[in-house]
Amino acid sequence: MNTTANALAGATRASSRHGLAAHKWLLMRRATQFAILALFLAGPLAGVWIVKGNLSSSLVLEVLPLTDPYLLLQSLAAGHVPYTTALLGASIVLGFYFLVGGRVFCAWVCPVNIVTDAAAWLRTRLGITAGRSPAPATRYWLLAGTLIGSFATGTILWEWVNPVSMLHRGLIFGAGLAWFIVAGIFLFDTLIAARGWCGHLCPVGAFYSLLGHVALPRVSAPRHAACDNCMDCYRVCPEPQVLRPALKGAAGSTPLILSPNCTNCGRCIDVCNKDVFRFTTRFDHRSECS
Amino acid sequence: MAAEQKNRADGTRRRFFAQLAGAAGSAALVSVGVSLYARQARALPPAALRPPGALGEERFLSACVRCGLCVRDCPYNTLKLAALGDSVATGTPYFMAREVPCEMCTDIPCVKACPTGALDHELKDIDQARMGLAVLVDQENCLNFLGLRCDVCYRVCPAIDKAITLERRHNERTGKHALLVPTVHSDACTGCGKCERSCVLEEPAIRVLPMRLARGEPGRHYRLGWIEKQKAGGALVPESLPMPTRRPEGAQ
Repeated sequence: MNTTANALAGATRASSRHGLAAHKWLLMRRATQFAILALFLAGPLAGVWIVKGNLSSSLVLEVLPLTDPYLLLQSLAAGHVPYTTALLGASIVLGFYFLVGGRVFCAWVCPVNIVTDAAAWLRTRLGITAGRSPAPATRYWLLAGTLIGSFATGTILWEWVNPVSMLHRGLIFGAGLAWFIVAGIFLFDTLIAARGWCGHLCPVGAFYSLLGHVALPRVSAPRHAACDNCMDCYRVCPEPQVLRPALKGAAGSTPLILSPNCTNCGRCIDVCNKDVFRFTTRFDHRSECS
Repeated sequence: MAAEQKNRADGTRRRFFAQLAGAAGSAALVSVGVSLYARQARALPPAALRPPGALGEERFLSACVRCGLCVRDCPYNTLKLAALGDSVATGTPYFMAREVPCEMCTDIPCVKACPTGALDHELKDIDQARMGLAVLVDQENCLNFLGLRCDVCYRVCPAIDKAITLERRHNERTGKHALLVPTVHSDACTGCGKCERSCVLEEPAIRVLPMRLARGEPGRHYRLGWIEKQKAGGALVPESLPMPTRRPEGAQ
């Protein structure tokens, strides 16, 4: 059996899965990200108005309002009481991510994810290990900072610089200089901090992680006994600290990845050549022996 | 042994606090930086007008989530969202009267589209909108002021004879003609910008300005005698008050 860990993640992948199947979850994620973007772009580009607006607030099929709850929270802090439409839209979004896990937004919807995934890939390919990441908790401080700042300035503070909405809005309404911010994040993640933006700084992701405590779909490591310590999953995981308790927890502990910072991206499932991981629900504590 | 353990615990604790301080410090730095940037960048250039029903600029920036739904529902592509690098707060809706003015739809779709109330849904009658106020800024180049009959701003005004009237004045240059001076009335002007759009000059002589620039403000203690008289239903002082006669020194 091949048990040596190779330098590149995925290099030890088993022969059982080839080509597209070996990237099943990655491809599904990209398909979802582009499909959501396509829904937003179908209106302005093709005149097919299924979704109007952008990730900040939108109207689906002229009836269903959706609003970013983090944005609305800043608006409240800034002293504005929004209309019911926006409050309803934010409640729907909150409810949805409460069920599926907040950071599902990061892995399956957010357009910046494509940028930072590309940066992480390039960083690995170029073998860059230099640079230093800010503490992962910085994002929570920044989340608090943006709320206090919104209160202090009376504006929705993070929207002045938020790369997430700038990229999304830019793609749909025209970007102006927003490309520089996107390029800045790409360079930051490539050259300075591994997974620096999404994993350490972004307050949007930090906000959504707060909704991750009761998420139903979760990744589990039921075959953790088969793990051969190749470290592939740690290399591809955007939040590698979430893997350890599930993979190397004490005997009898749950194999579920329960950290609210797990983005349910499924990269670990794709990359593991021992098929240790799979998607399941948070109630499935089963471990298999092998 | 115990001392070694204590040292290790101290080191861990120190690292923990250093990391905590680093995270909190950098987050505070970024928040303050963005706040300062926001303070500076929120100044709206005078030529950029907000959609009808927009809250005052300060409150608008606390309410607008920059979703662009008003832009999408504007049937004349008047509204646009500011991109980063435009001089308007990034992502917020605005229009430039000289480029595409507001067509003053009677159902006001942009206001209805706003999910947050940055555009006030209380605005039901577009004639009550106050996006700005037209001001005839250049009396030297305005053709009507030169004694010609251009009248274009007056003719295109959706509230013709209410928001813009032509006031007759004597033409001192010719001595025998009239000037028909376009005059804006703030009680009817919505700031739609059609006058500015259609001004025939290279640069418009009439422009829609934001209220804060277009209007003066009388002193709060000022009272206009004739209005006070009307309110009181009669003169507040005796009609024939004996006044002293003052003449220049030495005059008889």
